[in-house]
Amino acid sequence: MDSALLIHRLHFAFTITFHYLFPQLTMGLAPLIVVLKTLALRKNDETYNQAARFWAKIFGINFVLGVVTGIPMEFQFGTNWSHFSRFAGGVIGQTLAMEGMFAFFLESAFLGLFLYGEKRLSPKGHWWAAFAVFLGSWLSGFFIIATNAWMQHPVAYTRTPDGSFQLASFWGLVLNPWAWWQYAHNMSGAMITGSFAMAAVGAFYLLCGRHEKHARIFVKVGVLAGVLSSLVQLFPSGDGQGRMVAQHQPVTLAAMEALFQSQPGAPIVLIGQPNTDAHNIDNPIIIPEMLSFLTYRRWRAQVQGLDAFPPAAWPQNIPLLYYSYHIMVGLGTIFIAIMVIATFLLWRGKLFDARWMLWVLLLAVPFPYIANTAGWFTAELGRQPWLVYGLLRTDQGYSRTVSAGNGLFTLLGFMGMYTVLGILFLFLLRREIEHGPEPDAPERPSIAPVKQGG
Amino acid sequence: METLWFILVALMLTAYVILDGFDIGAGIIYLLIGKTNRERRLVLRAIGPVWDGNEVWLVAAGGTLYFAFPLLYASSFSGFYLPLTMVLWLLILRAIGIEFRPHIDNPVWRSFFDGVFSLSSVLLAVFFGAALGNVIRGVPLDRDGYFFEPLWTNWRIGPYPGILDWYTVVAGLVALAALAIHGGLYVATKTEDALNARARGVVVLLLPLLFLLTCASLVATVSIRHQVLDNYRAHPVSFVIPIIVFGCLGAMPWAVRKGKDRLAFAASCLYLAGMLVGAAFGLYPDVLPASTTPAYSLTIYNTAAGRHGLMVGLVWWTVAMILTLSYFFFIYRKFRGKVSLEAADEGY
Repeated sequence: MDSALLIHRLHFAFTITFHYLFPQLTMGLAPLIVVLKTLALRKNDETYNQAARFWAKIFGINFVLGVVTGIPMEFQFGTNWSHFSRFAGGVIGQTLAMEGMFAFFLESAFLGLFLYGEKRLSPKGHWWAAFAVFLGSWLSGFFIIATNAWMQHPVAYTRTPDGSFQLASFWGLVLNPWAWWQYAHNMSGAMITGSFAMAAVGAFYLLCGRHEKHARIFVKVGVLAGVLSSLVQLFPSGDGQGRMVAQHQPVTLAAMEALFQSQPGAPIVLIGQPNTDAHNIDNPIIIPEMLSFLTYRRWRAQVQGLDAFPPAAWPQNIPLLYYSYHIMVGLGTIFIAIMVIATFLLWRGKLFDARWMLWVLLLAVPFPYIANTAGWFTAELGRQPWLVYGLLRTDQGYSRTVSAGNGLFTLLGFMGMYTVLGILFLFLLRREIEHGPEPDAPERPSIAPVKQGG
Repeated sequence: METLWFILVALMLTAYVILDGFDIGAGIIYLLIGKTNRERRLVLRAIGPVWDGNEVWLVAAGGTLYFAFPLLYASSFSGFYLPLTMVLWLLILRAIGIEFRPHIDNPVWRSFFDGVFSLSSVLLAVFFGAALGNVIRGVPLDRDGYFFEPLWTNWRIGPYPGILDWYTVVAGLVALAALAIHGGLYVATKTEDALNARARGVVVLLLPLLFLLTCASLVATVSIRHQVLDNYRAHPVSFVIPIIVFGCLGAMPWAVRKGKDRLAFAASCLYLAGMLVGAAFGLYPDVLPASTTPAYSLTIYNTAAGRHGLMVGLVWWTVAMILTLSYFFFIYRKFRGKVSLEAADEGY
């Protein structure tokens, strides 16, 4: 592989992977904060407002990191992928510009009001500020998904003689069926991150015996939202997304499952290591005929394997694609199990005393991040070797004028910068969780010598 | 249609410079006027609820530029690869400077983020000015409409210049002085007493410098790129733009001395708008002139997206802009008036 191409791919992969750690929590928490604000209005109970304020603080820190790591994404379309932008800008410029114009303005304008303007607004007004932030973050998600969906499944374009793509139908672009399945799947994924985070903080407080009143709200809201979003993640959103892939990117499906040979009654592999030299799976544990059923709803249906396609059309990194997909699906299944059991305990009124379950909820918090990241790896590695599926190859899209040396320089810069950002984020998050949701919690003695300096 | 989108993108960028300009400007003079923690918090409160919304104008203008002129976006962003990436780093540092400072009540923590915020603001102003300087001076475009500029070559203007040469450095200094004044006047309108007086003091000190730098940059622009005058000669009424620029330069010291901070701030907005609109008018219909040969220059015609896309965009852009202006009107009204630390608002 051309080294400049490799650097540009790593550059985008690193910055987008780090970036998406933050928006998934933003988009997952925003509706939950609206729920807390609604409960505060309905029940006229200040506890819910304190709970909302606590999550707003975490939301605020998270949002800053989402914004500052998000601006580089838009810039990179031009800086690192200029050939792609030149050819595809006539179509995806629409959705990217709409994201800025509709979503970012709404979100940023009302976030300041939501975080710092509670005293300047009526309780209802503050609810609307929270709702505007939620709407902005979800709109932003839609426009980005619509952009990615066009790259996965290009629709509504014409091609000019110089090879560039131009918009043919606005509604065709916005109503791309791939976009709506992907959006549903992505947003329920974000909701899983948000609800697991809320439940985990609640579980932590209950295990420590602190802020019990608030902690019960966090666990209850987190578990109920968690069970709903984990189930939606599997069906209908995951199922619909999977059938989109089967229909429009059959070679990707074969690579995700590491199905080397076409066969009727294809099995699904639960665990096993793909061997791309021998074209088989080592140490497989399988469910026979399951893949045929999931894809075509018939146990004996013929599923195309990788051998049905020329190797030049295969995604280049089959093992990583296979593992990403299997990690995503495996974790998604575990999330359903955790949340269904937690909901059962909640229904029986035993959850707040079931310490083992609270431990599970607490320790589960990193895994939605891993699952969401693995899901995006599946989407992006699965699209290879194409940038615009079937139309523009990845090796045709990067900036020819930017050398590998310059690309590596900025990649290393971003790595250093993001390491610092990640440490600061965890540090500040820990402080907020330590401080807790109660405003009159006694101040802990500060470690710093406050009297000195000025 | 291409001309209309040129005007809309230019207006969005102007809105960005005026809006984010005052919070960048507040960052430039932050350490000069904020002597105590209390004063620094007041400056941050003055910009706190609005800076992020202001910065979105850059993202939205960038998105609109991408949508309307994809080749221009592709060419300029890859050609200005290094300085744009550094701008991103500075935007990151500035954001965490503002937002992370108040989280921990410790003098060392605060001082660190004060420095980060101020230094990144200074450098951003210089980078933005130099970027505009590069666009006016021209860049070494090739036949395909691409280029790559190193950060500097020999600091002279020739067919293969660097991002920084004597001309773009002057442009960077103009931006630094102009935004420092702009931020100073904004802080003056939002604060009282010692802080207000110090902000006005900085402005009074810098105004003569801005006058000299503005004159120098205009003379330099005409001498290195006399084509900028073509549009002005063709439409003499446009000479009203430089008249407005100098009118504002004269009005600012007068208004500051009279204690009319808001009027002075309005003049500063108009000054920035005049400089930017004047530059855009001089460039049109070029959007990125070539320093190699004029035939390679990027114009609004050879970089625009397809006509259907531009038509459709006009519909949603108009809807979105009406919504956006209503939010901004609402937000600035909610946070109007002088800032104080007694108000029960949280943050900063």
